[in-house]
Amino acid sequence: MKNPQVSQAWDNTRDDPTRPVELILGGNDFTSITEKVSDIVLERKTPRAWYLAFFASAGLTGVLFLMIGWLFIRGVGVWGLNNPVGWAWDITNFVFWVGIGHAGTLISAILFLLRQKWRTSINRFAEAMTIFAVVCAGIFPGIHVGRVWVVYWLFPLPNEQAMWPNFRSPLLWDVFAVGTYMTVSLLFWYTGMVPDLATLRDRARGRVRQAIYGFLALGWRNSHRHWHRYEKAYLLLAGLATPLVLSVHSVVSFDFATSQIPGWHTAIFPPYFVAGAVFSGFAMVGTILIPARKWFGLEQIITKHHLENMNKIILATGSMVGFAYATEFFIAWYSGNPNESFAFINRAFGPYAWAYWTMVTCNVVTPQLFWSKKLRTNLGVMWVMYIFVNIGMWFERFVIIVTSLSRDFLPSSWAYFRPTPVDVLTFVGSFGLFFTLVLLFIRFLPMIAMAEVKTVMPIADAHSGERRSVGDYHGDIPAHVRDGGDR
Amino acid sequence: MSATSHGGGLHALLTEFESPSAFMQACAKVRDAGFRHWDAHSPFPVHGLDDAMGIRGTRLPWLVLASGATGLGVATLMQWWMNAVDYPYVISGKPLFGLPAAVPVMFELTVLFSAFACFFGMWGLNGMPRLHHPLLAHDRFRRASQDRFYIVIEARDPKFDLERTRAFLASLGGSVVDEVRESVEG
Repeated sequence: MKNPQVSQAWDNTRDDPTRPVELILGGNDFTSITEKVSDIVLERKTPRAWYLAFFASAGLTGVLFLMIGWLFIRGVGVWGLNNPVGWAWDITNFVFWVGIGHAGTLISAILFLLRQKWRTSINRFAEAMTIFAVVCAGIFPGIHVGRVWVVYWLFPLPNEQAMWPNFRSPLLWDVFAVGTYMTVSLLFWYTGMVPDLATLRDRARGRVRQAIYGFLALGWRNSHRHWHRYEKAYLLLAGLATPLVLSVHSVVSFDFATSQIPGWHTAIFPPYFVAGAVFSGFAMVGTILIPARKWFGLEQIITKHHLENMNKIILATGSMVGFAYATEFFIAWYSGNPNESFAFINRAFGPYAWAYWTMVTCNVVTPQLFWSKKLRTNLGVMWVMYIFVNIGMWFERFVIIVTSLSRDFLPSSWAYFRPTPVDVLTFVGSFGLFFTLVLLFIRFLPMIAMAEVKTVMPIADAHSGERRSVGDYHGDIPAHVRDGGDR
Repeated sequence: MSATSHGGGLHALLTEFESPSAFMQACAKVRDAGFRHWDAHSPFPVHGLDDAMGIRGTRLPWLVLASGATGLGVATLMQWWMNAVDYPYVISGKPLFGLPAAVPVMFELTVLFSAFACFFGMWGLNGMPRLHHPLLAHDRFRRASQDRFYIVIEARDPKFDLERTRAFLASLGGSVVDEVRESVEG
């Protein structure tokens, strides 16, 4: 605030419908964008903080693998599971991490189809986060099966029993949904990155780096005949990823919704899970993005306007989640089903009431502060809010899974779940793995989609004379789409 | 002047632009001059350039459609054959093969097959990976991936004539006209 002129010039969150929003600030051109992003990887000395963060995360990753090793040696009894709570932190963590991934696909695919230009500054980062989150998620169902040495029975492979998996089970749908999601996200991310890898290849100075980035860039030479097919492929992948991302958390929710446990057996689960997934994913993107943009001096590219837009999505999806909580309660009462009513009263006032109200506070109450423009454009406030959402969404999955299981139909078998240190350390270790992958990505790959950012800069417009645009997204309909000339 | 593709021979002539609008106008002129083996290179896809270059639509969407249909068929047949034919077993009274229960996997494999066709089809139609190309060995051309725009006319184009094409490129308003040599093996 010392220099009001500077801070005003960098504030592009004003709502002025007569002027297009400046998505890239500070008078950058193609050259400076290229330098700012690629120098992080190629020229800058690795900051000491990076090493510290990397060794801390790698240490936690080691803890994760130690815990998994211990689990393999001793069996799932090392967790706090009991009868009837046969699923607890393992599946909670799985759903938590899969949900985190959804923001990346929403930003890369859905906002692309909706022609939201602001996505270009954050999509690479969010897509990377998607992939790392799905890696973390995939570990948990893999290790919770008990007999891990026959985990390949999940896949339709010929095996010694001459038996096939049961396709009528939602757990098998999950294998296909998460597997497809991981694969398509990876293809989408890599496709988007190839032009930027070519930029790194062309700017790299050492032979080794030139060779590695050159190999990864597949010989990309920015030909427009290639761009033409590339853009078509990118559009198609976005079109494929959009229903896919909606399907993944729907299928995850079927794991619960198709069972008969009170509190699980509800038709609202698929949309409710998807809204929650987007909510938690945006919070995780923000959690990492705010420090990263500061440490690497990217405030002109990832502006407050971008963060404010993310916060609006968090407000919207958080309210959807709150609405879903209310609907669940209403239906539990309105259905007249005593088991269902009990399950919900038990959630809010039973032994897990502390977890339930933590969830409601973090997911429904505090995000409402984002109605205030002052709060949703304040970096400190939003970062704290992201942490709240991360906590709240983990608890949401815990509440759904554990409260329903711990008190189901037969009161004589009710039991309270307590995590063991192995449960806790496995979960903490999964954060280690996630941050290790994020740090490697920041260090070795282009964190911002340079080629895409260049397309949304005003100087990129080859017919600026006929441009009629105002705002974020109008007027960039390509000519061949506008005229219907393409095929 | 005949251009050969021997080592060290002339591969193409290129000219460089700084702004997308000058570049696009120049592309339209090259298109109208009737060249066939030419290309435009830019650090990002310049909107409207498809028309300025006269590029026809790609057949990639048809490949993706065919592959997606294959995925749908594979998923349907696989679930039916595995659960209802090869090793039928009844679980909680469910039918051996019922469409509702088969839908999730049918959907996922449709998307998966389509995405593979899209990814590999696009790189295949673009002739990639191709790690060795005369343009990649040209020093000035490195800025094509950063902040400059290039028009390249290849020597194998039937209308190519070293002197006349050079003069034509110079008339387009670019900053420089340069020769691209065939890369020498090794």
